[in-house]
Amino acid sequence: MKLRFAAAVAAAMMAAAPALADLTVPNLSYRTGPYGANGNQYADGFNDYFTLLNERDGGIGGQKILTPECETAYNTEKGVECYESTKGNNALVYNPFSTGITYQLIPKVAADGIPMVTPGYGRTSAKDGSVFQWVFNPPANYWDGASVIVKHLLDVNGGDLNGKTIALVYHNSAFGKEPIRTLEELSKKHGFTLSQIPVDPPGQEQKSQWLQIRREKPDYVILYGWGVMNQAAIQEAANIRYPMENLIGIWWAGGEVDVEPAGAAANGYKSATFNGVGMDYPFYGDLKTHVLDTGKASGGGAHVGKAMYSRGMYAALIIAEGIKKAQELAGTPEITAAQMRDGLEALEITEARMTELGLPGFGQPFQLSCQNHGGSGMGMIQQWDASAKQWKLITDFIQPDEDVLQPLIQADAQAFAAENSIQPRCN
Amino acid sequence: MEQLLYASEVLVNGLMAGVMYSLVALGFVLIFKASGVFNYAQGVLALFAALTLVGIQQGQVPFAHLINAITGSHISSFGWTVPSLLAILLTALVMVGLAILIEALVLKHLVGQEPIIMFMATIGLAYFLEGLGDIMWGADVKTLDVGLPQGISDTAEAWTAALTGYGFFIDRLDIWATVIAALLVAALVAFSQYTKQGRAMRAVADDHQAALSVGISLRFIWVMVWSIAGFVALVAGIMWGTKSGVQFSLSLIALKALPVLMLGGFTSIPGAIVGGLIIGVGEKLFEFYIGPMVGGATESWFAYVLALIFLVFRPQGLFGERIIERV
Repeated sequence: MKLRFAAAVAAAMMAAAPALADLTVPNLSYRTGPYGANGNQYADGFNDYFTLLNERDGGIGGQKILTPECETAYNTEKGVECYESTKGNNALVYNPFSTGITYQLIPKVAADGIPMVTPGYGRTSAKDGSVFQWVFNPPANYWDGASVIVKHLLDVNGGDLNGKTIALVYHNSAFGKEPIRTLEELSKKHGFTLSQIPVDPPGQEQKSQWLQIRREKPDYVILYGWGVMNQAAIQEAANIRYPMENLIGIWWAGGEVDVEPAGAAANGYKSATFNGVGMDYPFYGDLKTHVLDTGKASGGGAHVGKAMYSRGMYAALIIAEGIKKAQELAGTPEITAAQMRDGLEALEITEARMTELGLPGFGQPFQLSCQNHGGSGMGMIQQWDASAKQWKLITDFIQPDEDVLQPLIQADAQAFAAENSIQPRCN
Repeated sequence: MEQLLYASEVLVNGLMAGVMYSLVALGFVLIFKASGVFNYAQGVLALFAALTLVGIQQGQVPFAHLINAITGSHISSFGWTVPSLLAILLTALVMVGLAILIEALVLKHLVGQEPIIMFMATIGLAYFLEGLGDIMWGADVKTLDVGLPQGISDTAEAWTAALTGYGFFIDRLDIWATVIAALLVAALVAFSQYTKQGRAMRAVADDHQAALSVGISLRFIWVMVWSIAGFVALVAGIMWGTKSGVQFSLSLIALKALPVLMLGGFTSIPGAIVGGLIIGVGEKLFEFYIGPMVGGATESWFAYVLALIFLVFRPQGLFGERIIERV
């Protein structure tokens, strides 16, 4: 009896565990809690991209990609638990979709030898691959986002921000505080006054902050928010009749969920984005045929084409291309986490490749290297059209101010290296 | 002079914000008063009520995601919309149904248990209801529109500008919240003072055993109180949901009610209102005067500090019942 029970347990475990030939990319998602609305869309996009590759192409290099989910609820402790509980299942790479979790995992992934990809979030200075060997943040980071927004404002103001005031309304967390240093440097360079206005998460109540904005009348407000903070900020801005086109969010304040609750009042609100918007790409034809119509879409396909869905899909695309490159370099489709890291470091996504993937112009081409783990850093500005209920791109890709950003990244990375006794490489 | 006008504007807005906090605190007070239970699930009740209201209003099929996953169908909506007032009434009925279920499935089995056991049960209830709300109505942010106006009141701005030279910002939603909160409190006070059920509720609050001995049904009173608390949660959910959409962070508004309760006392309806006003004004003025010196974002912690200062002098809260136990 005991033997039969043990055999049954073993059979069940084998059925639950991935086949040895499969590649595992754990999806540290959050579908519940205060940030679940954003997390759902992102996780669906992430899953669907890999489902498409599995269904249409039989995986990557003949290897099916598994994306087992672990619910973090956007909670750092739970995120670390998810990492610890999944890393033993031959985890190839992590994308924790939280800056707080990323900060906690940076030393862990280095110790465990598992790469981490944080597209558009996480620790900005991880762009410096000489110090952050296991972390990658293409195609853009928070400092790129701040610089892209300021460059857009320069364009709007004929190249001169002298004497202007820009208020930064930010999520009082590791994420929200990221752009402060960059904006301080940019304010010195361009002569604008920077006013910092923190909002404690979750940020439902922002009356004080917006009364302050009403009194101080900044020319522009940059919003680094997440979750309900964005909806509350956009509504409060509308309440005080702040010109919506002068309120510009980072890409994580640029989802449909952020603007829809305010209705028509959100019309004209802008945000940065590092990827294209909408579904006008050939890619979606394949997605419909192989994923949506076959009933294999994550979350029933309810979020396809939404901003956060697209971003999750783009994150999966970067990882998938990294896997492909790693397989090429290793000469085998059955790669390890260390080989995956090598693949990411040699990753190049060209415009021709994006076209081949059915997403022409969706993301800017970039090439990673030992030194550069962050890509081009380019971003666009999108604007919300409340009547059409859709985002519209109003700029082309904008190059961030590398003259300002690069020294800051180097300084921060070197400080991290000194604190953690890391010998920089890539020489 | 300019600074004084700004401070006055902050004060008025603090009072309005305080009313919004009081709306949440009221639900806690009602249940604590009648049963001695600190209902941890009150914030989630507000979320659940608001989710249900939007779902009914927009003709959303409950459990659609689950049904689709099991049957492979693609249903999401009944294809109709329900007028706001009718949707509110239907949601109130759902909250009554929920109160009956909570009493029958949870509270009934815990009669005579220590308050901490009851408290733990409400923690479990909070997690259960949050999950149920997610499965029933989905995790997306939902727009709630029951016809309440939002945005700056032109009248208030013009009036204050004529009077002081500076037009104050007063949100029309906050004005409505104040009126609705006043009506709600008046109705609750009238109910508890002048109706048979209200007097029975107060009797249960004073002494369970004595109330039982004169034939008052504890189970009925609990269902009634949880129903009223559910209705109060619905009102709070409407106000907060109109502000920033109905989403799962709505349950966290309970955090705003805790200092109000500590300050106003857990057993007093007027205490919840006065406590809310003091917290609202206190945190806003502190942020206005001291916030810039310490880097801002003081409101979340200052409300608790303010409540703790009051507790030093009045441990039972401003309006709470003083408990004297003699050996």
